[in-house]
Amino acid sequence: MEVTNGLNLKDTELRLGLPGAQEEQQLEVSCVRSNNKRKNNDSTEESAPPPAKTQIVGWPPVRSNRKNNNNKNVSYVKVSMDGAPYLRKIDLKMYKNYPELLKALENMFKFTVGEYSEREGYKGSGFVPTYEDKDGDWMLVGDVPWDMFSSSCQKLRIMKGSEAPTAL
Amino acid sequence: MNYFPDEVIEHVFDFVTSHKDRNAISLVCKSWYKIERYSRQKVFIGNCYAINPERLLRRFPCLKSLTLKGKPHFADFNLVPHEWGGFVLPWIEALARSRVGLEELRLKRMVVTDESLELLSRSFVNFKSLVLVSCEGFTTDGLASIAANCRHLRDLDLQENEIDDHRGQWLSCFPDTCTTLVTLNFACLEGETNLVALERLVARSPNLKSLKLNRAVPLDALARLMVCAPQIVDLGVGSYENDPDSESYLKLKAAIKKCTLLRSLSGFLEAAPHCLSAFHPICHNLTSLNLSYAAEIHGSHLIKLIQHCKKLQRLWILDSIGDKGLEVVASTCKELQELRVFPSDLLGGGNTAVTEEGLVAISAGCPKLHSILYFCQQMTNAALVTVAKNCPNFIRFRLCILEPNKPDHVTSQPLDEGFGAIVKACKSLRRLSLSGLLTDQVFLYIGMYANQLEMLSIAFAGDTDKGMLYVLNGCKKMKKLEIRDSPFGDTALLADVSKYETMRSLWMSSCEVTLSGCKRLAQKAPWLNVEIINENDNNRMEENGHEGRQKVDKLYLYRTVVGTRMDAPPFVWIL
Repeated sequence: MEVTNGLNLKDTELRLGLPGAQEEQQLEVSCVRSNNKRKNNDSTEESAPPPAKTQIVGWPPVRSNRKNNNNKNVSYVKVSMDGAPYLRKIDLKMYKNYPELLKALENMFKFTVGEYSEREGYKGSGFVPTYEDKDGDWMLVGDVPWDMFSSSCQKLRIMKGSEAPTAL
Repeated sequence: MNYFPDEVIEHVFDFVTSHKDRNAISLVCKSWYKIERYSRQKVFIGNCYAINPERLLRRFPCLKSLTLKGKPHFADFNLVPHEWGGFVLPWIEALARSRVGLEELRLKRMVVTDESLELLSRSFVNFKSLVLVSCEGFTTDGLASIAANCRHLRDLDLQENEIDDHRGQWLSCFPDTCTTLVTLNFACLEGETNLVALERLVARSPNLKSLKLNRAVPLDALARLMVCAPQIVDLGVGSYENDPDSESYLKLKAAIKKCTLLRSLSGFLEAAPHCLSAFHPICHNLTSLNLSYAAEIHGSHLIKLIQHCKKLQRLWILDSIGDKGLEVVASTCKELQELRVFPSDLLGGGNTAVTEEGLVAISAGCPKLHSILYFCQQMTNAALVTVAKNCPNFIRFRLCILEPNKPDHVTSQPLDEGFGAIVKACKSLRRLSLSGLLTDQVFLYIGMYANQLEMLSIAFAGDTDKGMLYVLNGCKKMKKLEIRDSPFGDTALLADVSKYETMRSLWMSSCEVTLSGCKRLAQKAPWLNVEIINENDNNRMEENGHEGRQKVDKLYLYRTVVGTRMDAPPFVWIL
């Protein structure tokens, strides 16, 4: 991993891959997901069934309003980390449960989240994942069932150390 | 029968409602033709260019209900340019001029404008019912005219149309005196809805049976609406997101329990799945459930809902239900007649989807199944053979394997034998859609066995012209044949020109037919409209000099008694 002047350049590299993902394979799949017609120069050596599929006009035979409806299966939310110079975005629909999400966040921001307990929230690391729900309130990640969380989460914020109140 | 006076014969004809039967009656003799045409109230026109409004009105002067279909089916998948045709305005103008007592208009895949809706609303005093399916070209302003001017409006049913939503006040254009609504479906509108006007409208419509809301109608409004309309039979929920403890949700739960006549449920365009349990009390009455737009309902919530729906006859869902979910359907929904499984992940992720296992489970568990549309990732011949054995009563069998040309994933063989088994066993099959790796052999089977087949959809299939010829020669009842990306050419196209007189239409795109082949066909059959749709390069075909041998991108031909249409755009050549 390239680190120059304390900055992890790979982290700021503009690309379409999943946050934290390194492989070219992932890059290709996301290209397909992004559903645009730009040529992916990196994929010429890869075996590439997916791009051809999505570019056949009128296939699969599904009405466009259904296609548009399904694209709502992508829900990007902003993720901020206290002290980080810029925000990131992740697609919540990529994850099926909290462990997956937390792991992705840990990878993205290079931290570890503590152990979760209902009584005391996250203990042990000084990092606390929180989210803003539809009512505008900041909630602790992990209290409610995953489905409820993923449909109401508008933004994520990883609170750090002194800013995160010890009693939540 | 000829000894009875005309009124008696007419009275007998009144009991014959199917247009096919009435068409048959009119062919018996001149006197029956005459009696029938004066008494016909409902007319169905499968291709708006096969006939014109003047001739329609000359033959059926007493018509009250008209159904018109415009663009070919593949227009649904963006294969037909928007300006191709199918304009309803000339029809409405002619009907208005003739002062016929139109009460019902049903349009499918037609171009409708605000001008035509305005004219419609002002021209027919007794107009009661407007059903628009997959239409486009109009805005909510057009809906406002219908609402404002049709005093006896009973049905306003908008299914999957592309409507420009001006976020106006069309709902408040229904006058306070309008109390006759039975059907109100505006689920396809994307914009905001005047909730107050909607609630007032529903409250003063005691006959309202079918109400389908768009996504701008939130849960608290739904609760209030259902309190006003406990007689509802068919409900399309709009937005269904809420905090389950809120007052509205509790109110909704209570209101739903009172809707004992509710039989059909759809929508959930935005959904908080854990709130579905509010509907559990009425699920045992449901005969129709459409969750194909409910992308957020899956997993255990979906399963729990389905487990309550023991009387379901019709189920439309997304493939996120998975094979396991289909097994639950198979063991719960013993009355199931129609199933549609739509693809949920169209961007190639290939996550949860359904396979041949789900299809086999359904066929084994649901003995009354007669119609299926199934999008899946993979299929095998063995599975199709089993399905054919389990369900010999299919009327409609539409299978779409998402990857074109995909063979049997176990044996790597083409799926000819599997589809062959289907057509052989299902003697009443009227509609068939093919997919996967297929050779000419499957068409041999179709030609041999599919005696009742009326509509066939082919994509990426076949090897030679023989394939298409087997179908044209064998399927005596073929009405609509649509083919894309298959190697059929002029030989098959020209083999039996008279066949097309017995069919409504033929569509061929990205096949091997050439311009000269099409020209020859047009010459041989002047009663056909042979249309070439050439969007990309209008003049390239002529300039080249290889003109004759140029492959035609899109060919659409149909029988007609009124010759070449005058409203074709420049990129459509009518030969």
